[in-house]
Parts: sequence; structure tokens; C-alpha cells
Amino acid sequence: MLAYIGRNIALRVVLLFIVSVLIHGLIHLAPGEPSAVDPSNPRMKPQDIAKIRAAFHLDDPLYLQYVYWVRDLARGELKSFKDNQPVLGKIWRRFLNSLPLFICSTLIVWTLAFPVGIHAAIRRGAVFDRSSTLVAYALISFPGFFLSYIMILGVVEVFHVPVIGLRTFGMEGATGVFQFMDRVWHLVLPSLLGALGGIAILSRYVRSQMLEVVSQDYVRTAKAKGLHQDVVIYRHALRNALLPFITMFGLLIPGLVGGSVIFETIFAWPGLGLLGYEAILSRDFPVILTLNVFGAMLTLIGTLISDVLYGVADPRIRLE
Amino acid sequence: MNTMNRLGASVDAEKLPPPETPWQEFIRVFKKDRLAVVSSIVLAILVVVGISGKVFTEWVVVFDAEVVRLPDKFLPPLSTPSVDIIPAPDLPQLGVYVFGTDELGRDVFARMLQGSFVSLSIGFVAVGISVVVGILLGGLAGFFGNIQLLKIMTVDTLIMRFTDVMLCIPTFFLILTVVALLPPSIYNIMIVIGLFGWMGTCRFVRAEILALRQQDFVVAAEALGLPKTRIIFRHLVPNALAPVLVSTTIGVATAILTESGLSFLGFGVQPPYATWGNILTDGKGFIFDAPWLFVIPGMAIFVVVLAFNIVGEGLREALNPKLRRR
Repeated sequence: MLAYIGRNIALRVVLLFIVSVLIHGLIHLAPGEPSAVDPSNPRMKPQDIAKIRAAFHLDDPLYLQYVYWVRDLARGELKSFKDNQPVLGKIWRRFLNSLPLFICSTLIVWTLAFPVGIHAAIRRGAVFDRSSTLVAYALISFPGFFLSYIMILGVVEVFHVPVIGLRTFGMEGATGVFQFMDRVWHLVLPSLLGALGGIAILSRYVRSQMLEVVSQDYVRTAKAKGLHQDVVIYRHALRNALLPFITMFGLLIPGLVGGSVIFETIFAWPGLGLLGYEAILSRDFPVILTLNVFGAMLTLIGTLISDVLYGVADPRIRLE
Repeated sequence: MNTMNRLGASVDAEKLPPPETPWQEFIRVFKKDRLAVVSSIVLAILVVVGISGKVFTEWVVVFDAEVVRLPDKFLPPLSTPSVDIIPAPDLPQLGVYVFGTDELGRDVFARMLQGSFVSLSIGFVAVGISVVVGILLGGLAGFFGNIQLLKIMTVDTLIMRFTDVMLCIPTFFLILTVVALLPPSIYNIMIVIGLFGWMGTCRFVRAEILALRQQDFVVAAEALGLPKTRIIFRHLVPNALAPVLVSTTIGVATAILTESGLSFLGFGVQPPYATWGNILTDGKGFIFDAPWLFVIPGMAIFVVVLAFNIVGEGLREALNPKLRRR
């Protein structure tokens, strides 16, 4: 088992290195320099531009810039081009903001998708199955921000749910309980809307897996034995259908970075997606690079976790 | 005249139903899913609308998408233009503003027609690029996978590791990064979306070719002395195309949604070119004053993407080998 994990980790470290080189090359090859961000500023003299370029090592060859970036990142001294703050500190603060949103969305998705998928599978072709299929297709076909704006319009009028930011302005003086309730209230709408697409996709996948399992012989035996339907489904069928979902669980983790740019823009949620967006607009290379590599690292960690869990669940994989 | 059926029993050949070609079998299974048939009709209508949009807004200019009529701002759909103020050549062709006007008085119907061609072409070209790259890499990996390169790794390992590297990178984020840094142009968007979406196709093609390589027709082709590239691209790849076709239809839907997401963030196609994502983004500022500017392009994108998804699922069911009679 340890050899299996060790091989996987070593492979991923190599992949991470290759990814970082690739992203670095890609971003530096694209036109647009940080020193040219504000050409209309009359006070920008050529000496200032030269100073900026020297401080950011922009005139050095590409591999040297890569070495500078990795060295500063490893030492924890990487500073952003925009405001000279440490990059890791910025990413950590925004990560703490994105985390509750991500956890809430994931919980909603996985709690709602399984019952819907299972029920659609055991009554295949019935009204529930066909209508949930149609609703699932519809949910993944809406442009993300279209659905969000329409729901915001409806929900704000009727339920007075807040739609901007993390907390209400001025709540800092209130007691802890009320601050916590305020934070949760702000979390409701973004996480629900972020979860809708995931529920649609995951419930379809659950349904197809359960359909495969339910047609097997051992399920027929269980039913013939006279077991209650719940026992047949949840104790016998579902456990065997769960194997691909164990692997999928690890693949969810990269959604923390990449999935949420649009939702964070709509709800003004100061998370990692918005950090990346602002960094791109201001050509803030250290932040862009570190975020992309962070996303790649999360993907690799996610696939590592899913491979390890798959190895735990299915002993045949470990022997490869 | 006696022959054998598939179970080995002896049957009278004249009483058997005529054998079905794979195409007829595909049509038969596809037709069972009525929703998929309706959606493919919708898509056919869409293609016609797209092409006619290009023809009628740019080549022959029946519906002018760019003329600005400030006196007629923010008119709701099916409203008549102010005939006395607006000069005659600027009046809408059909006599009414079918979808209303936007904040500059432009005819939304004409803009939607122009945008339909652009959105569809972005989807098809992007997916075309990703399918070509995927088939190329998947074919090479599947067929030449055993060949060692410099004694370090095989061709298969190299291509698959490269695919893994590309899959690691958060896609939308990287598309956003690259599109934001490049000069804004419709071709850049198409190429970037295409260059980051070939990984699924590559994996499918490689898996199918690995399975098909052991078959007799490949051995026969090699024995006949056909060059290897011809074997791959004329004989193996057409048989491997079924999952690629499914992921192509779903890929076009995803490309259209990605383009609208990029427009929302400000990095899509620049004005005055209209795409549906553009019109939707411009309309989001006027939800209370002119809701048709937001709802109409949104519903149009929704219907098109839904049709692509349903057709893709129908294709997956119809091309599924487990459902075939054999």
C-alpha cells in the first residue's frame, strides 16, 4: 500500500513541476506587461518604468524569471506586483473566504443528488425519472449568471435574502451569535446557486450507476429473498454503486479555485476566483502564476486522494 | 435455402427480415427518444437561422444590426417604430421591432440574428480544433504506443502524461487568463477554447484504438502493406468516432456557455460584433427597465444549449453498443 501511495506522490510532484513551467511560459508569452498598465498616468517617467521593470525582473530571460518566482515562493517572500503585499497572505485570506462557500455547495450537492438519483433509478421511466431528467438538463443549460440574476430578482423581494458580500455592513459591533447568523444568511443564496449545476450532473451520474447495479443478479437474489426494498437498495445495491463516487470526491477539490469566478463576481464574494480576476486585470504575474499553480496542486491532491481511496476500496488496483 | 441465425440454429433464409445496416440501426434507436428528435429539429432550425443571420445582416443587409436609432430606445418587443422621426432607410424591415430595441435603439432581433452566427461559429470552430487535436494525439498514442523514445518512455506514456498535465490546470481560469492577456479577438477566443478542450477526445480515441487494434481487419490491413497512417486515420479512427461524436455535441454546448461566461467577465468578443453572450451582458444592466434585453438572449442560449445536450444524450444512447441487437 505504501509503495502505491509513494509512486502516486512522486508522479504528481513531477507533474506539478511541469505544470508550473508550462503556465509560467504561457503567461509570460502573452502580451501585456505590468509596467504598461497605466500608460495614461502623466507622472510615469521612463525612469519609473525602468525601475519597475528592474524590480520585477521583467527584462531577464524567461528561465531566470521562473527561478526568481520559485525562489521567492519557497522562501515565502513572493510579493504581488500591484501592492507589494505577500502573495501567500493574500491567497490565504481569500481561501478562508472561499472555503465556507465551497463546503456549503458541496454538502448541498451531495446531500440532494443521491436521493434524487436513486429514486429516479429505482422507478425508471416513471414520471419522477423523466421530470428529474428534464430538470437536470435544464439546470446545466442555463448560463450561470442568467439563472442567478433571475433568482436574485425573485428572492430579494420576497425573502429579503442578502446578495452582496460576506456580511452586512456594520455588524461588527453585534454579539458573536448574531454575526454568525448573519454570515450564514449571506451564505445561503451563493451556495444554493453554485450547487444547482452540480446537483444536475451528479444526480444523472448516480442514476446511471444505480441502473447498472440494480440489474445485477445479486440484487435480484436479495429481492427474491424477500428483503425490504430499503435494505436491498441502501445496503446492497448502493455500496457497490458507490465506487466511482469515491474517486469523484477527490476530483471535487479543484473546484475551490476554478469554479467560482462568475458566482463570486455576481455576489461580490471576496474569494479566490475574484482574486484571480483582479490579478489578471492588473497583470499581476506573481498572483496569477501562484493561483494557477495552486489550482493545479489542488487538482493533483484531489486525484491523489481519489486514487488512494480507490486503492483502499478496490484491492485489485493496488497491485498494478 | 437454409442459413444460421446468431444462436446457431438453422433458419430459412427467405423468411428472415432483411439485414439492417448500422446507419438504419442507429436511426431506429435514435428515433425512439422523441425528445432527442425534437431537439435535433431545433438544432437544424438553429443552423438555418445562423447561416441566414450571416447572410441577411452582413452580405445582403436585410436586417441591419448596427443602425442606431436614439429616438426609439428601450422599446418593448412587437412595438411599432416612430415612423415620423426615423428616416425611412433606418426603419425595421418587418414593420415592427420583433424583439424590441436596446439602449442605443438597435433592433434586438437583428442583433440576435447576427449573434447567432457568431456564437455558433465559436462553438463549432472551438470544438473542431479540440476534436482534431484529440484525434491526432489519441490516434498516435493508441497505435504507436509501444514505440520507445530515447529509452526513457513510450509514445503512449508521453502523450498520456501530457494529457494529464493539461487536465491538471483549472480550465476556465486558464482560458480566462489567456483570453484576458491576448488582444481581444474572436479568433483568439475560438483557438483558446479549442486548445484547452481536447483531452477528453484524446482519451476516448486512444481507448477505442487500443481495443480495436487486436481485431482482424487491422491485421489484414497490415498484411496488405498499407502505410500505418492510412490504417489509423482511414480505418481505425472512423470506428472509434462514437464517443467522440457525443462529446462533440456536448462540447459545442459547453463552448457556447464558456463564451457567454467570458463575455460576462468582459473578455468576450468586443463591440460592435454581437454574440448572444455580449447581448446578455449588456442587458444585465437594464433588468428592471427593459427586461426583454436580458431575458431574450438568455432564453435563446438556454434553448440552444439544452437542445445540444439532449441530442448528445440521445446520440450516446443510440451509439451505445450494449443496446445493439447483435
